[in-house]
Amino acid sequence: MIVRILGEGQYDLDDHALDALNGLDTQIELAIEHGDEEMFRTALDGLLASVRSSGTHHELDSLDESDLILPPGDATLDEVRQMLGDEGLIPGRAE
Amino acid sequence: MSVMKRLSLIFHSKANKALDRAEDPRETLDYSYQRQLELLSKVRRGVADVATSRKRVELQVKQLEQQAAKLQGQAEKAIAADREDLAREALTRKSGITQQIQDLQGQHANLQAEEEKLVLSQQRLQTKVEAFRTRKETIKANYTAAEAQTRIGEAMSGIGEEMGDVGLAIQRAEDKTAQMQARAGAIDELIASGALDDASSINAGDDIARELDALSSTSDVESELARLKGASKPHELEQGDDILAPEQQSAQRETDNGGRA
Repeated sequence: MIVRILGEGQYDLDDHALDALNGLDTQIELAIEHGDEEMFRTALDGLLASVRSSGTHHELDSLDESDLILPPGDATLDEVRQMLGDEGLIPGRAE
Repeated sequence: MSVMKRLSLIFHSKANKALDRAEDPRETLDYSYQRQLELLSKVRRGVADVATSRKRVELQVKQLEQQAAKLQGQAEKAIAADREDLAREALTRKSGITQQIQDLQGQHANLQAEEEKLVLSQQRLQTKVEAFRTRKETIKANYTAAEAQTRIGEAMSGIGEEMGDVGLAIQRAEDKTAQMQARAGAIDELIASGALDDASSINAGDDIARELDALSSTSDVESELARLKGASKPHELEQGDDILAPEQQSAQRETDNGGRA
């Protein structure tokens, strides 16, 4: 499984690592629903740390799409909420 | 659906939409490559912009540090001249400036981190673009339009996502830099208006600052005088071995002679 942390690049992860990620992902979802910045920060930091520690950097010059995409490490709750609201993600716009 | 999955779907759909333009799939390759090169130059500009902002903040910190040192000196002189009111004013201003310096140092750290991230994004994108170019030429040389369709899909999905990622990094860096610049501009204005007292300017129109300056120059004169006086005394001692006046010296000699008779 390939996971991209936005701003950091792609990581290769074993499929069974997904279970651990899902728990933290649910927490992020709850934190966004309740607007709980502290819970959000803890869950996101944990999620990204887990990907970094259990994954390896994906080949840099390969052109593969990721299975999962995670917010950047310094993203705020509002920023992620905006991304999920289909706002603020403007891929490859180079004008 | 989970955050990760929703984010991935949104991201991919946008990344693909951005590249899904041309009629002939091989044109799509050329179009996409063009877009990649544009994005790369945009990232380079972004790095340069952030570096410029960082240097500007460094310059402001230096200016404010000079000003803080100047106010500290003025406060010391004011105390020496028994003007506690002026010393208090100078130290109050200095503490305001110290706060500004701390804020700016925080911003500087942010800008530096942003700059490092962008440089890494640029390197990553550069590698992907080179890989894409190789793939593109192979596809164009070896396949007919119909066959190319599937191959192109594979090549495009990876680069589209990478471009999306870097595009987002650039956008965030631009937003952050704009905030910093607005703030830096505000500090420039404060310095220009004298509210933060630019160390290199003459403090016209500010009574306390003028008084502090006057006190500084008075103190400078006084300390210079004291230094000169201090320097001249040892000089006198060196010229005559005796510091008694001539008439005192003769009286002294008479006393000595009488004492021996």
